[in-house]
Amino acid sequence: MRAYRGAAPPENPPAAPPHAPGSSSALHVPTLERPVTQPRRALRRAIDEHVVEIVSDSGEGAQRCGQSFGAIAARSGLGIWTVEIIPAEIQPPARSVAGASGNRIRIASRPVTNGGDEVDLVVAFNEQVLRGRVEAGELRPGATILLESAWSNDRDPQIAREYAETREELVAHGYRVIDIPMDAESRKIVSDPRRGKNMFALGMLCLIYGLDLRLAREQIALTFGKKDQAVIDQNVRLLEAGWAWAERELDLRYELKAMPVTAPQVVMNGNTAIALGILASGMEICAMYPITPATSASHYLTEVFERVGGIVHQAEDEIAACAFAIGASYAGKCAVTITSGPGFSLKQEGIGLAVMTEIPLVVVDVQRGGPSTGQPTKPEQGDLLAAMFGAHGDAPKVVLAVSGIEDCFYAMITARKIAETFNTVVIVLSDGSLATAQQPIPRPAFSEEWLAPPVDQSPVPEGALPYDWDATTGLIRRWIPGQPGGMHTITGVAHDRAGHIAYDATSNEDGLRHRSLKLAALQRTLRCPSVFGGDDGDLLIVGWGSTKGAIEEAVERLRAEGRRVSSLHLGFIQPLPSGVGEILRRFRKVVTVEMAWADRPEDALIDEDNRRYSPLAMLLRSRFLVDVDCWTDVSGRPMRPGAIRDAMIDRLTSV
Amino acid sequence: MSAQLPPCLLWSPDDHRPLEEYQTGIPRWCVGCGDNAILAAVQRLCRDESLSPERTVFVSGIGCSSRLPHYMRAYGFHGTHGRALPIAEGVKMARPDLTVFVTTGDGDCLSIGAAHWLHALRYNMDLTVLLHDNHIYGLTKKQVSPTSPIGTRSNTTPKGSFLPPLNPLTVTLGVPNASFVAQAVDWIPEVLYQILSAAYRHKGTSFVRILQRCPEFMPGMFDPWVRDPSRTLLLRHEKALTLSPAVAATYRNQREHDPSDMNAAREIASVDDPIPVGILYHDPSAPRYEEIRNGGSVRTRETIRRGLEAELDRLTIWPEAPAAGA
Ligand SMILES: Cc1ncc(C[n+]2csc(CCOP(=O)(O)OP(=O)(O)O)c2C)c(N)n1
Ligand code: SF4
Ligand SMILES: [Mg+2]
Repeated sequence: MRAYRGAAPPENPPAAPPHAPGSSSALHVPTLERPVTQPRRALRRAIDEHVVEIVSDSGEGAQRCGQSFGAIAARSGLGIWTVEIIPAEIQPPARSVAGASGNRIRIASRPVTNGGDEVDLVVAFNEQVLRGRVEAGELRPGATILLESAWSNDRDPQIAREYAETREELVAHGYRVIDIPMDAESRKIVSDPRRGKNMFALGMLCLIYGLDLRLAREQIALTFGKKDQAVIDQNVRLLEAGWAWAERELDLRYELKAMPVTAPQVVMNGNTAIALGILASGMEICAMYPITPATSASHYLTEVFERVGGIVHQAEDEIAACAFAIGASYAGKCAVTITSGPGFSLKQEGIGLAVMTEIPLVVVDVQRGGPSTGQPTKPEQGDLLAAMFGAHGDAPKVVLAVSGIEDCFYAMITARKIAETFNTVVIVLSDGSLATAQQPIPRPAFSEEWLAPPVDQSPVPEGALPYDWDATTGLIRRWIPGQPGGMHTITGVAHDRAGHIAYDATSNEDGLRHRSLKLAALQRTLRCPSVFGGDDGDLLIVGWGSTKGAIEEAVERLRAEGRRVSSLHLGFIQPLPSGVGEILRRFRKVVTVEMAWADRPEDALIDEDNRRYSPLAMLLRSRFLVDVDCWTDVSGRPMRPGAIRDAMIDRLTSV
Repeated sequence: MSAQLPPCLLWSPDDHRPLEEYQTGIPRWCVGCGDNAILAAVQRLCRDESLSPERTVFVSGIGCSSRLPHYMRAYGFHGTHGRALPIAEGVKMARPDLTVFVTTGDGDCLSIGAAHWLHALRYNMDLTVLLHDNHIYGLTKKQVSPTSPIGTRSNTTPKGSFLPPLNPLTVTLGVPNASFVAQAVDWIPEVLYQILSAAYRHKGTSFVRILQRCPEFMPGMFDPWVRDPSRTLLLRHEKALTLSPAVAATYRNQREHDPSDMNAAREIASVDDPIPVGILYHDPSAPRYEEIRNGGSVRTRETIRRGLEAELDRLTIWPEAPAAGA
């Protein structure tokens, strides 16, 4: 049997142990037979935060349990960040190591911006999916495991043996394994425990973390709102059974100080936020082709868009989706196309066309592991340079990266505005870790300014030219079909100010210059992001996209340890706002932190002449002539603040 | 080209109204290129239908044929190779009020854009699609196309092409929801015009394959048919084309064909000599995607606001004690 990598005894104990579960409480293995009637009077242990996971075979409802738990915690005033655990296959075989489906919930007594480090407590419906998590290094040494115990006397001796062996090994590796008869207990209420255990587990978790049972009941009513009352009642009974069982049988009690919820907040994941942002931006056509992890944004948009007169068009492929969106934009309604890696590659020719013809277009790329099919369900930040340079020729376009759930929403409004103002393509980079991560954000207050202006159908002044580039800003005033007197043909072929095909040197340069100038014009309006931490110091971390929360948390920890470390997080990457270079130069060392590949200097053939830096590092080096280093992680899981902290300590000692 | 052309090639519309309103630029196609005849028929159609130039959009891909929008005084979008159809679909979805034409070549539509072609037929949006089929890649200087007859010598098949050609008509007729399928030839302008006007009037995707001469790279390709009118099979029907006496007198090889008869249409389409010319299939009732999806529907700021607020309500965590309860 393979060693559990994740459970290797810690050589350096975790840096910030206050939230690690205590090893003081004895291993407690309750059994069904033990007739305990009195609730155990366990003491609640105050903690600042915990990372909780619930994993099952797919179809057993662990995701719903996790989401509900997160929502209840958020409503109780705790900071939360939830991450979906999604197996790569739709129906992986039952009890398979790679088949874990579920949710990871980080709860804290302060707002959280990322999924945190390792798991403190996990509820597992079988030991095999749990093994997958343990082997992937997801669990903190000594973590608490609430393990379904039904397998111990499974009719299949093989299964019973696997269970016993794994359980034993987990214990041997120092995990605190608690057997839970979820199956048997749920069976008292439902005939098929596979369809009810999850709410039993939810009840246990609510008890353990001191969450209000009333809120939990309400949450169930919300979750199953569309079903009939009998379903809701049954789930509430399961919830209460889980609660009561845990109260009777477990001595695990944690307490997290809640923050008063004073203003309305919305809990949603990044893809939902993108979809709502699209709705709020006034865009009305989204053309897409299904691809993980982008699709759920389109699913949700489909649900809500038609009610407000919008359309989600599932095209025959991504090329068509992009072309469709360009056609709609051309006709006056700025459209969006949503995709991930491979689909993004297919759209590149269309993106070039929109840049060349100066048609506004919003492209969302929810990045996943690449190249090729790569890791569809895992996040990566490998598309930055493809976004900037993926189309052939000089195709200047705006590239912005979203760094959190709130950003996902507002970025869509910004993207539509920029696309229409500058008549160009705006690429919004998200990634798989934001796609399914949930967080409460302040409820957006609708503003009419978010919406697109009505389609211009006013007559075009006589003699006006469609590509009458402004000498300073490169901007044109685009005409839309239907505008009298504005008839002209746009083309992806080099063209002059009249839009006529023109192969002469002057026209070509004219076009290239002005399309490029538009980025400079936009750049002049951008504010430089502020430095997180101190204005100067030993080390500056530069990041972009979804890693913001983790990076800033790492910076906080490092600064708390007395390190002079700061971070800078870029939203606009093309154009880059003014002032970035100056910030880089104020630090002794600059390191980008990215979820992308960079050659590892320790590899024998890698040296400074051939080392391939990660995308942002490459970019900053070439633009600012600063010796920017990079630290990258392509594990396929969201960035962890602890890992960043450790890596930066390494860099600091080599300063 | 041949001096013994049938009289109908010399026929031209009696211009009592100026065509200039729809003309712009000087076509840069080769002398004798069939695209000129297609352009003339399209301009005449626009004039006769009194199309408003500012409400008419010509979308094309890339190829000699795809230059057509540049010569129309209307809005035009000369796109990328193969993608004319999805661009046009986007235009139509956003703005069903616009009249949208698509011009595309045999490479553009049947090769690089083949997926879009099939799906455009299914969407059946109100587009008039003109397939300029010269059996060759013109713009890139003579490479075999999906419709090149087997044995065609081209720059990529110097010893002759390897495969039998694709039949765009039978394929089109095999796609569910295809609603208007016709074939025209550039050398019978009157019939070409008639077919284009029927195509324009059809609400849905009208797919018109036009056999188009390319004297530059396929010299003489259609000569046997141009010279011998009996090798053209004219389709007539009261619901489709009624032939003028001049045309009827020249092209005596005719067949009565009811365009609602799909089986007969498929049978006619599968024969390429004589060349069937006319409307093979027409189903005016096929559903249109932009209608099903309510393309271009009117939205108010208020509907958007309400839609957003309703969704946010669903996702909102309210503070425990709302002011109202205090
Ligand atoms: C993506 C892409 N591939 C290839 C080309 C080169 N190209 C331009 S037109 C053309 C073929 C044109 O043939 P067809 O569609 O039959 O039009 P025709 O010129 O014959 O009217 C090709 C291959 C291109 N412009 N874009
Ligand atoms: S190459 Fe052929 S298709 Fe192209 S313009 Fe010349 S004749 Fe027409
Ligand atoms: Mg051709």
